[in-house]
This record gives sequence, C-alpha cells and structure tokens, in this order.
Amino acid sequence: MIPEIGQVTLMGALLISLAMGILPLIGAYTGNQRLMKVGQTGAIAQVFLVGGAFIMLTWAFVVQDFSVEYVARNSSAALPLIYRYTAVWGSHEGSFLLWELVLCLWTVAVALLSSKLPDNFRARTLGVLGLLSSGFLMFIIFTSNPFTRLIPSAVDGLDLNPLLQDPGMIIHPPILYIGYVGFAVSFAFAVAALLGQRVDREWVRWSRPWTHIAWAFLTLGIALGSWWAYYELGWGGWWFWDPVENASFMPWIVATALIHSQAVTEKRGAFQNWTLILAITTFSLCLLGTFLVRSGVLTSVHAFAADPTRGVFILTYLFVVVGGTLLLFAIRAPAMVRGSDFAGMSRETLILVNNLLLVVMAAMVLTGTLYPLLLDALNAGKISVGPPYFGTLFAMLLVPIALLLPLGFHARWQADKLKRLAGELALPAVVAVVGGIVTAVFLPSAGLWGIFGVAGAFWIMASCLVYYRNRLAARTGNRPSRSETGMILAHFGVGLFMVGASLTNPTSEEKHLRMEAGDSFELSGYNFIFEGTRMVRGPNYVADEGELLVYKNGERVASMYPQKRRYNNGQVMTEAALDAGLTRDLYVGLGEPLDETGTAWAIRLYHKPFIRFIWIGALLMMAGGFLAASDKRYRRAIAKQPARNSGMAEAPA
Amino acid sequence: MIGRLLPVIIFLGLGILLAAGLKIADHKTELPSPLIGKQMPEFALPILGREETIVTNEDLVGEPFLLNAWASWCPTCRVEHPVITDLARSGKIRVVGLNYKDEKADAQAWLARFGDPYDLTITDISGRTAIDFGVYAAPESFLIDSNGTIVFKQIGMMTPEVIETEILPRLEQWSKSP
Repeated sequence: MIPEIGQVTLMGALLISLAMGILPLIGAYTGNQRLMKVGQTGAIAQVFLVGGAFIMLTWAFVVQDFSVEYVARNSSAALPLIYRYTAVWGSHEGSFLLWELVLCLWTVAVALLSSKLPDNFRARTLGVLGLLSSGFLMFIIFTSNPFTRLIPSAVDGLDLNPLLQDPGMIIHPPILYIGYVGFAVSFAFAVAALLGQRVDREWVRWSRPWTHIAWAFLTLGIALGSWWAYYELGWGGWWFWDPVENASFMPWIVATALIHSQAVTEKRGAFQNWTLILAITTFSLCLLGTFLVRSGVLTSVHAFAADPTRGVFILTYLFVVVGGTLLLFAIRAPAMVRGSDFAGMSRETLILVNNLLLVVMAAMVLTGTLYPLLLDALNAGKISVGPPYFGTLFAMLLVPIALLLPLGFHARWQADKLKRLAGELALPAVVAVVGGIVTAVFLPSAGLWGIFGVAGAFWIMASCLVYYRNRLAARTGNRPSRSETGMILAHFGVGLFMVGASLTNPTSEEKHLRMEAGDSFELSGYNFIFEGTRMVRGPNYVADEGELLVYKNGERVASMYPQKRRYNNGQVMTEAALDAGLTRDLYVGLGEPLDETGTAWAIRLYHKPFIRFIWIGALLMMAGGFLAASDKRYRRAIAKQPARNSGMAEAPA
Repeated sequence: MIGRLLPVIIFLGLGILLAAGLKIADHKTELPSPLIGKQMPEFALPILGREETIVTNEDLVGEPFLLNAWASWCPTCRVEHPVITDLARSGKIRVVGLNYKDEKADAQAWLARFGDPYDLTITDISGRTAIDFGVYAAPESFLIDSNGTIVFKQIGMMTPEVIETEILPRLEQWSKSP
C-alpha cells in the first residue's frame, strides 16, 4: 500500500510544481501579487510531497519489501541495515528521486530566504525552479518510477552492487547532487534576470552566496568521489578521466569561472554577459552530465544504470531547458553593458584571462569526453580517450593558471602597476624557486613536472600568505572580510592540491607480486611481510583476508588486511587495505590465488607519497566557498530595501 | 546578434551529436559477448551425482540445449529456478546445468529442495569452465545450437519474457530449417 501512496504523492508533487512553474511567472508578468505568492507556498508543499515519497521508498528498503521492483533489484535480505538506507540511491530510479528531492530542498531554501528580494524577481526565480522540477518529476513518473511493483514478488533481492556497499557511498551521491542541483539556483537567478530584464549588479549579489555554496558542495562531492574511487575500485589511482568523473568536473570548472565572473560583475559592473552565460552553462553541464551518466551513451565504470529510452527524455529536457534559455539569452541579453573601465593591468583583466583559460579547459574536457561518441556517430570506429590526452592538456592549461593566479588577487581593481605587483610578489617567487630546488634535490624522482608543480604550488601558497599578512597589517581599511578569507583559503587549497597532484604520480611506486605466506618484499623503504590469508564471513559475503605486516627500519608501522570478497550474488570485489599518512599512503590489494592450496597470492603493493594533499586541498577549497558564502555583506545586501532599482550599472561604488 | 546566437548554435550542434549518440546506444546497449557465434569452449568435467562420468563439450553437440550456470549460494538462481523448471518441463529444449563454484553436498541439497529440472548438471567447482564461458556472476544462461555454437547469452535472471522473445523463436526457426 505504501508504494502506491508514494506514487500518488509524486503525482501530487508534479501538479504543484506545474502550478509553481506557471502561475508566478504569469503573476510577475501581469503584476498580480497573489499569483506570485504561489511560488512560496508551492515550494513548501512540493518539498513535503517529494520528501514524503522519498521516505516511503526508504521505508520499502528498510522493511525489505521485495514486491517493489526497485527494492528487489537493489537490496537483499542479507543487506546490512545501513546499506538499505543508501541503496535508495543505489541505482537509477532512486538517484533521480534524490536529485529531485535535493532540487526541492534548494527551492524551498530560496523561497524561505529570499523574502527581501523584489516580489517579481523572487516569483520568477521560483517559477523557473518550479519548471525545472516539473520536468524532473515527469521524467520520474513516466520513465523511472521507483515504486513499480514486481508481480509476482521476489523471494529475495538481487542485492546492492557491492561497489556501492561502502561508507563513502553513503555521502558521496547526496553531496554531489547538492552541488550539481545547487547550480539550478544560480541558473534560475540568471533566467529571472533575463526575463525581468534586470541588467544590474543586484541580482548577481543575490545569486553569489548560492553559487558559492553549490560550488563548495560540488567540490566536496568530487573530492569524495575521487577518494572513494581510490580506495574502493582498488587500482590505487585518484582520478581516471572517466566520462562520469568528467561529467562532474566540467560543471565544476565552469562554476569556478562563474564565481570569478560574478565577483567582477558585482564589484565593478563589468562582464554581465559572461556571468549570465556562465551561470547558464554551468547548469547545462550539470544536466549534460546527468544525461551522459544515465543514458548509456558513453560507457563508463560508473554507469551503474543506463537506459537509452530514458536518454531520449533527458535529451528532450536538455533541449527545452538549455536551448530555450540560450535563445532567451540571445534575445534579451543586455546589448552592451559597460561596467567601469579597466586597464590592461588590472584585476578585471586577470580574471578575464582566468575565465578564458577555465572555459578552454572545460571545452577540452568536453571534447575529450564526447570525441569517442563523435567518431562512433560518423562510423569512424570506436576509440576511447584516456589520461594521455586529458592529463597532458590539463597540465598545459594549469601552467598559465598557476602562474597568473597570485597576480589575480594581488592586483587592484581598475588599474595596477606591474612594478607594485612585482614588489609584492618577490617573496613568493623566491619561495617558489626554493621549493622547486628542494624538491629537485630531495625528491628527484618527482621529475620535471613534479618539480615545477611544487614550485607553482609554493608560488600560490606563499602569495596567499603574503596577501593575508598585508591585509592584516594594513592600517587603513577594514579587517579582511569572510569573503576575502574564504578566497585566500580556497586558493591556498589549490596550492596544496597541486603539491599532491604533481608529486603523487611520479613518485609513487607499485609492485605486482606473487607472494606466499612468509614472503617479504621491500618497497620504498617499507618491508611488507605476507602472513597468509584466512576466510572471513561478512553479512552478505565471504572473503579471503590477507594479513601483511609492514616494517620500516625494523619497527612495525602497520598491519594491513586486504580482502577479496565474494558477495552472495556472485560478484567479486577487492577491498584494498590502506595505511594513510600525511606524507604517504601504503596501499595493498589482494589479487587472485595462484595455486590450488591458496598459499600463493597475487598481491599489489603501492607506496603513494603526498596523495592526501589532493583531498586536503579540495577540502580547503570547499571551506573557502562556505566561508565566502557566509559573508555579512550578502545578508546585509539582501536586507536592503528592494525599492532601489539601480538599472544599468553605473559608476563603481 | 550573430554573436549572441553563438551559444545556441554551439548547443544545437552538441544536441545533434547527443541525439546521434542515443541512436547508437540503442544498438549497443546489449554488449554482445565475444563468445556469441563461436563454438562453446572445451571442457571435461564430472556430472553432479555421477562423478565417475566425465562429460565433455563434444558430448553435448548434436541437439540444441540451454546451459544454465547456477550455484546454491546464489539467491537469484532460486528466483529464476521456477522459470528454468517450466522451460525444461515443456520439453521444448534440453536444459543442462553448470554448477558453478559450489560444494557438491550443497548443490545436491539445493536440487533436492527446489527440484531438479536439469537433464544433467556439470560440476565446475574451480569455476574455470565458467570463466571460459565468460560467466561473471550466477545465474547466466547460454543457448547453444546443435553445432555447439553459442547463439544467445542471458546475463542474470532468466525470465519468461526472455524465453518468449529470445529462446523460443530461435528454436522454432531451427525446427523449420534443420
């Protein structure tokens, strides 16, 4: 009975979202207050209905209702309780329900926190969000109903994909979706601005904290995904340029450009069109990512649920939403908004260059991701584009970005002198050179890329510290705002990330060995002793568990227990053992037994220096995003009377 | 104006590419197993319950049959078991079991409990033959024609729809043009 109620609830949510998508827009057009109000009430009703449906699906998992097809496919009687909760988004139907729920949560947050915005702007924003939601609800109801019954009911379920039976999977998809879907808000603000022809700086200021929060969540989501792939896929890599990873990385790159562009538009009035188009592109890439992951167009290790018939629906949705918005942009975009002028050497110019580089990077990832598809469509054969392409181009583009990055925040708005900048950045330049030399001397295996990578990272991090010290020491002016602190924190994170990214790959060592109980092997100064394996039984799997003792200079530093699991549904999974440290990870994977008696095993040993820096850097970027979003300025800005309609951007404030 | 239409134009190009991709995906979703159209792999394995008898791939050539890989530890096999049983009882095709990575006693207890529809069950304790067949999880079923060629592979649970749409039509065709 409950699944049927869930289905009806979703239909109710669809009706509400349609009302929400149409009435407030009409209201904003005609100036009808009551119609505009539908946006707020609709957002609240919608979140209750979709949330209710989500809880009902969760309930079906918790009580193991195998008469629901989705539950039977993604759960089993032996599945531990915690994974029954996460199995809700373990596959296609539930993922979309989660997507939709997250969209409803963002929408209701906008509805509740936007009371100080002008009524018509608020109505348009909520209307756009309502329309987006109704499209997704139709998709769920008509093509991917999670509540479909299985008749006759299954005795037991097929079990959750073992890859997803992992703590990382509990949080990775929700966090990633919060980020993805959050850009629907920046998108809705941009569309509302276009619809209302508000070509001013106000809407950008309103939209900025939302963009920051979505970006911070997306950063965290991608980092968690990378971390999960690292320890769960068992290959010891942290990024694979897999289509699904690219699908989340493209919006991230463009969103990063958007954040910078928004800063310029808000502060200086320039780059209005850039900001609009980047806001639209970011969300479009989120939709494109969803399409790529869910349609089966590209094959990927992550494509757990792919179905081309659903692809048609998502593609249509993509066409309507993105095509329609871009057309709106073509018609309505402000013809020529002149912000205040800026010189060739100014923060504006540097941010513009940064944006161009980021957009080129996103285009590069997009091309690489879709190139196999293009060739396939032209019948030119099946290929796959891999790390050699992406890695090389990414590194090439990262060089100018890293070089210019410190100039970007050290430079003054409007105009600056190269001489002044050189004075400020002399110290970081020295630190960078020293960092590079130290790396070359103590870690020669880092290679040229590694050495220059570390130098670049030190250049960025030292510039951050110098900037912040100067700001704290300044006699005049305010203390650094949260925006500024957040900005510095995030850029410092970029530096840490670069340390990890440039050192890990060249300095890692790995060995694939045949080991019998009692064998030992020395890798990068660590002595691994294989003690043999034993059988262990988990709730829904049996596993061979190896034991390795690790010694360094005669002292035991770790005991590691890699597993090879066989789940009840027959799937086999490697569970790598990790010994994490700030400057290095030890990583052991258990391969196949190599003889009948099970004493000899294929074992992979890895020593991965500095890999933690990658995720620590990402966490700092995320923290910077949240901190910047919490700046007082945004709250104060919204608290201002909306009556002040500044029209075209005027002189700098 | 042209400049501002540029994003739409780029997007349309992208959209057409994606639509084309979707058309391709329609054909390629069921990634054909590389073994389809090939001879079944060689094996020589004992028969469950009659371990002194060894059956080889050549012994099975001559009449079409369905090879169903199963194991007592596999819950899905239990779910599909009635479907396999119905097919075997209908007499339309010989059904051969491939007991995969299992214990003999468990397998026999399982058949005693749920019924034994198999003409014979090949025991593949090491799972090596199953690997040769490309089995990566039980259950999987292979339709093999009278020449010993694998013509169809069902990954996962056998369903009445698959029998209706994939297996019976092929059997009919074979009976018409032997």
